[in-house]
Amino acid sequence: MAINWFKYSAPSTFYGLAGKMIPWFAIPSVVLFAVGLYIGFFVAPVDAVQGEAYRIIFIHVPASILSMFLYLVMAGYAALGLIFNTRLSSMMATALAPTGAMFAFISLWTGALWGKPMWGAWWVWDARLTSELILLFLYFGFIALHASIDDPRRADRAAALLAIVGSVNVPIIYFSVKWWNTLHQGSTIKFTGTSMHVAMQEAMFITLLACWFYAVAMALIRVRSIILERERNNLWVSELKEVNS
Amino acid sequence: MSVVEFFNMGGYAFYVWGSYGVTLLAFVIEILMVRHKRKITLQQVRLMREAGEEA
Amino acid sequence: MNQLSIFKLLNLVIRRDLLLAMRRRADVLTILVFFVLVVSLFPLGVGPEMDMLRKMAAGVLWVAALLASMLSLGRLFSADYLDGTLEQMMLAPQSLSVLVLGKMIAHWFVSGLPLVLMAPVLGLQFDMSVPALLVLMLSLLLGTPILSMLGAIGAALTLGLRGGGVLLSLLVLPLCIPVLIFGSGAVEAVTSGLSVVSNLSLIGALFVLCLVFTPWVTAQALRISME
Repeated sequence: MAINWFKYSAPSTFYGLAGKMIPWFAIPSVVLFAVGLYIGFFVAPVDAVQGEAYRIIFIHVPASILSMFLYLVMAGYAALGLIFNTRLSSMMATALAPTGAMFAFISLWTGALWGKPMWGAWWVWDARLTSELILLFLYFGFIALHASIDDPRRADRAAALLAIVGSVNVPIIYFSVKWWNTLHQGSTIKFTGTSMHVAMQEAMFITLLACWFYAVAMALIRVRSIILERERNNLWVSELKEVNS
Repeated sequence: MSVVEFFNMGGYAFYVWGSYGVTLLAFVIEILMVRHKRKITLQQVRLMREAGEEA
Repeated sequence: MNQLSIFKLLNLVIRRDLLLAMRRRADVLTILVFFVLVVSLFPLGVGPEMDMLRKMAAGVLWVAALLASMLSLGRLFSADYLDGTLEQMMLAPQSLSVLVLGKMIAHWFVSGLPLVLMAPVLGLQFDMSVPALLVLMLSLLLGTPILSMLGAIGAALTLGLRGGGVLLSLLVLPLCIPVLIFGSGAVEAVTSGLSVVSNLSLIGALFVLCLVFTPWVTAQALRISME
């Protein structure tokens, strides 16, 4: 390995750091959820067009944004791991995937529950919904490929390549679905252009932050397990106090 | 706004609480899974170490 | 080692793979039969109303072509992997990307081209008009090579894995969605009297994009899987 120009890129050092960082993400996440949902449910007014149902937005939009954002972050980490052969970034990519897939699922679920009262159907082949579904498939592909390769090094590298190919494809898929959707005007139902109240924007932004903190906390806990699993033959692992207790 | 009114969500109770309920469920399941994985991993590491000490 | 030009090398790889494929003609036929079978199942499932069948013909044929080309992908590298040829190819001084491109082209000749030739016959089952059939063939002609190229990435990544076939489809099918959309979109455009140029040129763009990048990406995937 090259010189350790970034101390915390060594899994043994990062293990301890991650442990210290988890509460700094988990606690703000809980607080921000409480504040964001309080504003969302008690301060933000009822929407003129959509009534109370619009309040799904405070979880639907953050989940959708994070599911896409996490895919890009995951592909970025995977690419770093592939190019510079840094083990930790590959582990981070693996740790992020399940959380990203979960947000994609929440986005689809809440989208369906929002669509039913607003559009009259659980599912419409809207460009965004369809792309989100495909994104979920891409997450499944990443997780499944990683899980089916026994050698961790090959698993990291193969999944990384898939993630990169997938992230190049995401915009192509999005625009092709959007274009396909405009061709089939029959099923297109557009959002009504209501201007958002300031409190609505605030609440949405705060829950977005809360989701982000949550995702980081989850990834950190998961990456700690992955580090332990991969490094279990090393001396530093057997000297940890959680192992000795 | 009364409590009943709040939970009724202007008739959209099923949709709104269905969204938040499933989200909460997903979060709880993920947290449990992550903690379970940590427990299992620690157990494995301990087993490995004990096997190593005996050898 | 004498210097081989790229085209000579391509020619060699393609001829070798085609020769091997011809020795196992049953495999090629299986794919074709699968394609015909899937397409023929649809009218039985949705009913024989000609109006509806005409509407869904392009989509059905395209989805069936997509599934049929998934079937043969598992064999793209596995035979060479098992008998050690692939290892020799990676050690060879020639560019692995070019070798991979040759294998992709050979794969298309065996599994893509028969589908293109078979498609108009099946289109008649769905009462498609002659211009629609021509556009369908054209879109398949441009689109099926993309399926072979994208599929090769998946085949290289899942090389030698248990349950590789299902995994391969899970990895590759989402990536193929744009091809499906533009391919069946072109046929739909011609039946509703619109211009097919935009659809076909978008498939053409995807084709060029894949031609440039996928051989290299597949070569990288092979290196990852083989080390």
